[in-house]
Amino acid sequence: MTELERRANEMRVDIVRMIAEAGSGHPGGSLSCADILCALYFGGVLEHDPERPDWEERDRFILAKGHAAPALYAVLAEAGYFPREELLTLRKLGTRLQGHPDSNQLPGVEVSTGSLGQGLSIAAGAAAGLELDGKPQAVFALLGDGECQEGQVWEAAMFAAHRGLDNLVAIVDRNGLQIDGCTADVCDPGDMRAKFEAFGWDVHEVDGHDIPVLVKTLAAAKADRSGRPHAVIARTVKGKGVSFMENQAGWHGKAPNGEQTKEALAELAGRTGEEVGRD
Amino acid sequence: MIKLADEKQAQVKRATRAAFGATLAELAAEGAPVVAVDADLTGSTTTKKLADAGYPDRLFNCGIAEQNMVDVAAGLAVTGHVAFTGSFAVFGTGRAYDQIRNTVCYSNLDVKIAPTHAGISVGPDGGSHQMLEDVSLMRGLPNMRVLVPADYAAACAAIRLAAATPGPLYVRMGRASVPAVYADDVELELGRAYVLREGADVTIVACGVEVEQALKAAEALAAEGIEAEVIDAFSVKPLDERTIVASARKTGCVVAAEEHSVMGGLGSAVAETLARELPTPVEFVGMRDMFGKSGEFEELMGYFALDASAIVEAVKNVIARKQV
Repeated sequence: MTELERRANEMRVDIVRMIAEAGSGHPGGSLSCADILCALYFGGVLEHDPERPDWEERDRFILAKGHAAPALYAVLAEAGYFPREELLTLRKLGTRLQGHPDSNQLPGVEVSTGSLGQGLSIAAGAAAGLELDGKPQAVFALLGDGECQEGQVWEAAMFAAHRGLDNLVAIVDRNGLQIDGCTADVCDPGDMRAKFEAFGWDVHEVDGHDIPVLVKTLAAAKADRSGRPHAVIARTVKGKGVSFMENQAGWHGKAPNGEQTKEALAELAGRTGEEVGRD
Repeated sequence: MIKLADEKQAQVKRATRAAFGATLAELAAEGAPVVAVDADLTGSTTTKKLADAGYPDRLFNCGIAEQNMVDVAAGLAVTGHVAFTGSFAVFGTGRAYDQIRNTVCYSNLDVKIAPTHAGISVGPDGGSHQMLEDVSLMRGLPNMRVLVPADYAAACAAIRLAAATPGPLYVRMGRASVPAVYADDVELELGRAYVLREGADVTIVACGVEVEQALKAAEALAAEGIEAEVIDAFSVKPLDERTIVASARKTGCVVAAEEHSVMGGLGSAVAETLARELPTPVEFVGMRDMFGKSGEFEELMGYFALDASAIVEAVKNVIARKQV
């Protein structure tokens, strides 16, 4: 296991433990995007500084699929934005780790999200703002594939292409599931590549669990300033890493019980061949 | 004392919307980091004036996509800009309510929701375009402040105030040309109401185009021996409770007047304050749980009982309810 894979696995452990402790939350979509966030934050793609969350020269990351907050919290804690012990306060009264990310509470959260469909527009606005000021930084947004059923996503897609926002990278966590079942059965988002291409975007499709490929693709998209916004469609498995959650829509928004938590943590520990968990 | 329009200024009729782009252009020239985001209505809202004044890169036209418009403004605010959104009030608030709530207000961003064509001032376009619930929608949002300027000069002051005040703010502007109430260079403060005419018999609290109607009503009432105090509560939120309660204590009865639904707007804010601080009879002039209709602005003001004569009637009703 590489160092990045080990860190992604640690994030998965954190995700399972914090949702189990909270007694509610969204494990499926958090686990599906753990490798993407790991690649962004630890693969050298995203310029950021945990010591200076408001650093002017940082790239921006916006978690459009705000219900994957546990994955964001796991990566921010792993990066050092706040103490790891705080992870177990998720969703509890008085916590900075709200059920969905709250930018007024937690350093490292650029903007509050949770209402789906808005993140790509915010990211496009941020990309336009950086461009207006002649700043070279990039903006990344992570969207769910179910989220792409929101019409606003395509308003933003049209706007970003029209303005040639080549400093914008949209990542779609294409896990194929949403609360009510398969995206293809609920209301099929269809061919994502064709859709983004039709809107005038530069599109890449990757295995969303292959961290080296994610790093390479995201870094290349960030560097490519040839006039088109970039979409990276990451094919993922919802619940990835915990076999009984994998590809099960039922694990979209449900916490594991005690037995299930033990089983999940044991499986994640088995992947590294060592004891997982730090206390 | 606040500066009112002199006779010459009072004769000039201008729309509050005309203040929007012109003031943005001034602010940009003064070095303020203002940007405007609109949705295919840059001529109507006048945001185009920002581009025409030499700042085309500060105007972002999203096309007919108001939800995207508000969140693009949010993104611009995240990167350090003071972002004003345009569109008509019905789309700029109603179509994008979730974006205003969950992104602008929840994140407490420097976004100013400043649509035009609010209320019945959009006239012939009819009920679909006459937004009469926007103040109610915006007032209910945490972190949001609500300004309803009475005339062109007040609208200029409101836009300047919005640019200078961090965080979310709503400025309500209309399409119709209305007479000047204030002197051209008037300055307004957030959270202040202005007593424009003193009187001991009744308090009329108004905002927007109803301020001029309230002043007209006060003239008519004076001829009948009734002295009305007229207050412009342009800052609907935060409301100047002290000024309103002090006036109510003096007069013993209140009429609230607004070109907006009687539910959730200025009248509700006034009634909430008085119910808590000083229970006082209140009558409401506004739209009574109904949609608008096509017609010219002046016709509609009479048709929907929003004009000075409606205020006069409400004053007589509320005076009759005073505790003896």
